Amino acid sequence: MKWLVATVTETTPETASAVTIRLDVPDWPGHRAGQHVDVRLTAEDGYQAQRSYSIASPPGSDRLELTVVRIDDGEVSPYLASDLDVGDQIELRGPIGGYFVWDGDDDRPVLLTGGGSGVVPLVSMMRHHEAVDSKAPMRLVYSARTAGDVLYRDELANVHDVTITLTRDQSSEWDGRRGRVDNELLATAGWPPSEGPRCYVCGPDTFVEAVANILVDMGHDQTNVKTERFGPTGG
Amino acid sequence: MAIVNRGFKGRRSQAGAGLIPPGQYLVDDFPVLTAGPTQFTPLAEWDFTILDESGAAAGRWTWEEFQALPADDIIVDIHCVTKWSKLGTHWRGVSVDTLMEGVETSAEFVVAFSDGGYTTNLPLADVLDGQAWVAFGYDGEALESEHGGPARLLVPHLYFWKSAKWVRGLRLLNEDEPGFWEAVGYHNYGDPWREQRYWGD
Repeated sequence: MKWLVATVTETTPETASAVTIRLDVPDWPGHRAGQHVDVRLTAEDGYQAQRSYSIASPPGSDRLELTVVRIDDGEVSPYLASDLDVGDQIELRGPIGGYFVWDGDDDRPVLLTGGGSGVVPLVSMMRHHEAVDSKAPMRLVYSARTAGDVLYRDELANVHDVTITLTRDQSSEWDGRRGRVDNELLATAGWPPSEGPRCYVCGPDTFVEAVANILVDMGHDQTNVKTERFGPTGG
Repeated sequence: MAIVNRGFKGRRSQAGAGLIPPGQYLVDDFPVLTAGPTQFTPLAEWDFTILDESGAAAGRWTWEEFQALPADDIIVDIHCVTKWSKLGTHWRGVSVDTLMEGVETSAEFVVAFSDGGYTTNLPLADVLDGQAWVAFGYDGEALESEHGGPARLLVPHLYFWKSAKWVRGLRLLNEDEPGFWEAVGYHNYGDPWREQRYWGD
């Protein structure tokens, strides 16, 4: 797969530690909602490092959008989230991953469950859903640490079927749900197994492991449960 | 010629330089990667089967029979296509050579199949001659479910998706047949030292 040169056209802070990078990629072949790219950075002496980032923009958009959360001791994310300016170029290749994708070609219900930055590919799916005016009922359950960590907060506030739960927020300003994603939350904010929903789970290892196990225990067919995991390491 | 990202320094002091393939970085933990939920097959229902190119069972072991086979202690470096590498991992497992001892075949390819429907394809030559194991122990303990227990394939010279978790058998084939990831964009062979991550690499 070829490395492509992408030019930054805009950077938008999402939270104190996350930024959405909008890119012009002249030879971009197009992607499916849920896919990711590999980004490669090269230092002046030729040293290189690569990491994978989920695509936030829906298929068919004229700019490729990545939302990068800065991991303070990470190798690549601090540069992407803090040092990139409009006009800078980075190398990337993709799209990668042909399994954790939602194409919107049928009306089966969809449950998206994201933890932390795992919400990024799910938001691509929601944006695709909107863009193609899909009739498939789609719900998002999104677990973030604090209110300040919620990505796409304004956009998600305008979508009906979104449940956000905070796991470490001590402030009194949040009047939404708190606590980890559990059986009860997935039963009320998701779909019953009898409806045969497509389930997409994305986030850190422990989050995905817990949520996927709950879904299977609830009776969801395991072939309907697709997972994508981000390790906390590296960044 | 690569674009130079001014101001990018990277982590030069990384231990293990020269021991990890291009594009990889070292981790100390053991990340988990799967396309679907973890599988939990009771040992009483577990078996391992080798199907020959006619589709006939050429070997089959229950968990007890499998445990009675001679096993190796294996210390290897592993490399995941998602870019982490882990050095000096300790495994215990049965060599595929041992499992193939009584099997007559002219097949050149093999597909490993797993609980949950996962498959991955390899040249038969890549799982013979001390290059592959069916591993059931990790770091002195039984292999945990989320890392592929009760048993997973271990083919450390290829990217780790070839080391199928929850493996239940090998299907011998005359013609190559792409597995789960190989059918959706990942490289058919997956040599980390040649950075064969995706189609066309």
